[in-house]
Amino acid sequence: MTPRRRLALLLTAVAVLVAAGTWTVLHAAAEARGGHRTGAAPPARTGTVTLGPHPDGARLVFRSMTWGPQRDRLAAVPLDAPGSTRTVAAPVCLRFHAAAGTGICLQAVHGVLEDHYRAVVLDADLNEQRHYDLAGIPTRARVSPSGRLVAWTVFVGGDSYAGTDFSTRTTILDTRTWTVQDNLETYTVTLEGHPYRAADTNVWGVTFADDRHFYATLAGGGRTWLVAGDAVGHTLTTLHGNVECPSLSPDGTRIAYKKRVPGLPDDAPWRLYVLDLATLAETPTAEERTMDDQALWLDDRTLAYALPGDEGSDLWRVPADGTGSPALLAAAALAPAVVR
Amino acid sequence: MYIADSRLPAASAAAPAPGPGRSARIAPTVLALGTVSLITDVSSEMVTAVLPLYLVTVLGVSPLGFGLLDGVFNGASATLRMLGGLLGDRGGGRHKAVATVGYGLSALCRPALLLVRTAPLIGLVLAVDRVGKGLRTAPRDAMISLAAPPERRGRAFGVHRAMDTAGALTGPLLAFLVLRSAPGGYHAVFTVSSYVAALGVLVLVLLVPGRSLRSAPPVPGGRPRPGELLRLPALRRITGCATLLGLATVSDSFVYLLLQRRLELPTAWFPLLPLGTAGVYLLLAVPFGAIADRIGRRRMFVLGHVALLAGYGLLLARPGSGAPLAAAVLVLHGLFYAATDGVLAAAAAEAVPERRRGAGLALVGTGQAAGRFACSVAVGALWTRWGDTVALAVMTAVLAAAVAAAAHLPAPAKEGPA
Repeated sequence: MTPRRRLALLLTAVAVLVAAGTWTVLHAAAEARGGHRTGAAPPARTGTVTLGPHPDGARLVFRSMTWGPQRDRLAAVPLDAPGSTRTVAAPVCLRFHAAAGTGICLQAVHGVLEDHYRAVVLDADLNEQRHYDLAGIPTRARVSPSGRLVAWTVFVGGDSYAGTDFSTRTTILDTRTWTVQDNLETYTVTLEGHPYRAADTNVWGVTFADDRHFYATLAGGGRTWLVAGDAVGHTLTTLHGNVECPSLSPDGTRIAYKKRVPGLPDDAPWRLYVLDLATLAETPTAEERTMDDQALWLDDRTLAYALPGDEGSDLWRVPADGTGSPALLAAAALAPAVVR
Repeated sequence: MYIADSRLPAASAAAPAPGPGRSARIAPTVLALGTVSLITDVSSEMVTAVLPLYLVTVLGVSPLGFGLLDGVFNGASATLRMLGGLLGDRGGGRHKAVATVGYGLSALCRPALLLVRTAPLIGLVLAVDRVGKGLRTAPRDAMISLAAPPERRGRAFGVHRAMDTAGALTGPLLAFLVLRSAPGGYHAVFTVSSYVAALGVLVLVLLVPGRSLRSAPPVPGGRPRPGELLRLPALRRITGCATLLGLATVSDSFVYLLLQRRLELPTAWFPLLPLGTAGVYLLLAVPFGAIADRIGRRRMFVLGHVALLAGYGLLLARPGSGAPLAAAVLVLHGLFYAATDGVLAAAAAEAVPERRRGAGLALVGTGQAAGRFACSVAVGALWTRWGDTVALAVMTAVLAAAVAAAAHLPAPAKEGPA
């Protein structure tokens, strides 16, 4: 091939690729502006959402995943009629949780050249109380039953080429004193009865029992554990192996969690299990799809969790005792909390 | 646009000359390979920048799911670098063919991201991407060293590394521009990244000359063996030197973690720290490569480690606090990379005959990587047992000893031009 033809070929290729890239971005931009998706989006209207007691009973508040202007906004539905018209509020959250009038909203702040993230503490009327800059991408958020303590987990990404070396950082905030415990990895760890120190431990997925005690996942050396944590004594103690993203039942007796089940394919390693804290007996739920979420107890008998869906994520429900079968709770929704 | 083929006089006339007289001396092949690396890094860093966000916000999964795959494939990458070097040397220089396979494999990973929707499969795609990177690194460096005249090799590698870093810094910006235009348009990012990767391969195929050995005829019965390389005294010395200094080089993530913890920087700064190092590296890679050509590459390599030693020292002594000290450490860290990364390849090229160039460069690179891996393991163990101050103090002492040893190694007969 002559240099001239090589150059012509290259310039043609550049022109074609630039045109194709421009079309791709314009098409995606049109999609993002909304309305292109087929299928019935859940009915919604804008309105007032409260994190306090509601005259009509318990609500399910979550991040709306419907495409268009309501994408990522907080939405509420009656807990006993989750398919009814949603009330959509202003705050935009990637992850959300609430209890007793305190909400935590982990959100992206879109910059010109880069996003950064922050944790916003909301009061019962969804007003910002304080916000905190985050070191990475938000993934888990929980509020203690009294509404006093708030915990969140972010991913701190690797910076290397095609880096897959993620680590987590989990923070606990006291909303009465505004004291921040920035990194739970500094806690004293007792692993299977012995003191343990390692630079490569990760802690994520806090679930509170009260304003001092909590449970979380501890990972180290390629394994994971359920740990009992003490936010005053700054200790973590392992209780049980192979537990990720624990969620404590309202009565405090059981933990719902992701279990890495041997023999499952690599792209679907987890199942939703329930652990009895008194006997350490494990019960698989009837959900047989792989699940990667911190489950939520709707009450002492029912679990809710997110699975991939048409618009990113849907919420499903399944009995916690291993009976029954999974049922759709709310389409196009993520990061739910029950507000009573 | 230019045609990177020195046999074509019309082509060199078409070459741009941004700086009067200076840039014209950079071999077109080096610029072409630098362009390939720049484009490929734009493509790969676009994906790297948005992948965690995509996993968390769109797929709703946790990146930890595939973080576990990482360690397994790091080792494989070093082995593949050696293989890429050996294959590239066969038949008198099939470097371009092997590099094309490597770049092509990585390019195919981009559209694959549009198809996989679970974290472990995405981890697998990234692993294949690393296989491609492992294969192409040594033949690419061999081509650079063969295209540049020996007295300007340091600068040639500096030009390549600077272009590479410019791509790495541009990729995330391009990704965020796409996401700004199309919020939630992660598939648009992956699609554009695929086009960019395809363009990189096309530039390689069209603009990089095929046979990179200019003079040497194919070796009769030439099946290069690593054992033969180890009998070259100059190469043995330089591999030993790189491995020794690698043993005292704390991995980047440890450096940033130490910076953030010891200087008590706000956690929100953490993602910005690598940009500091990369910025300094980008600015200084070319001038430092040129200086290395003049004062001797080994001397520059050792001086780079002195800068790193100064950085460790600052972190250990903490003679100030917060932002100014962090900036000083990041500048020293960037200086270290600018003075060592391309310079090592240039120095290694000196020590290997042309027909063994790919394997020779791979051997030096693998030795350095092995040293750094051992260092990571040691730092992790020290940190766990005695805390970060002791770990850092030990590594500072080891680095000081390694620098002293490297500086006093008897100079090989064929050190770069004086």
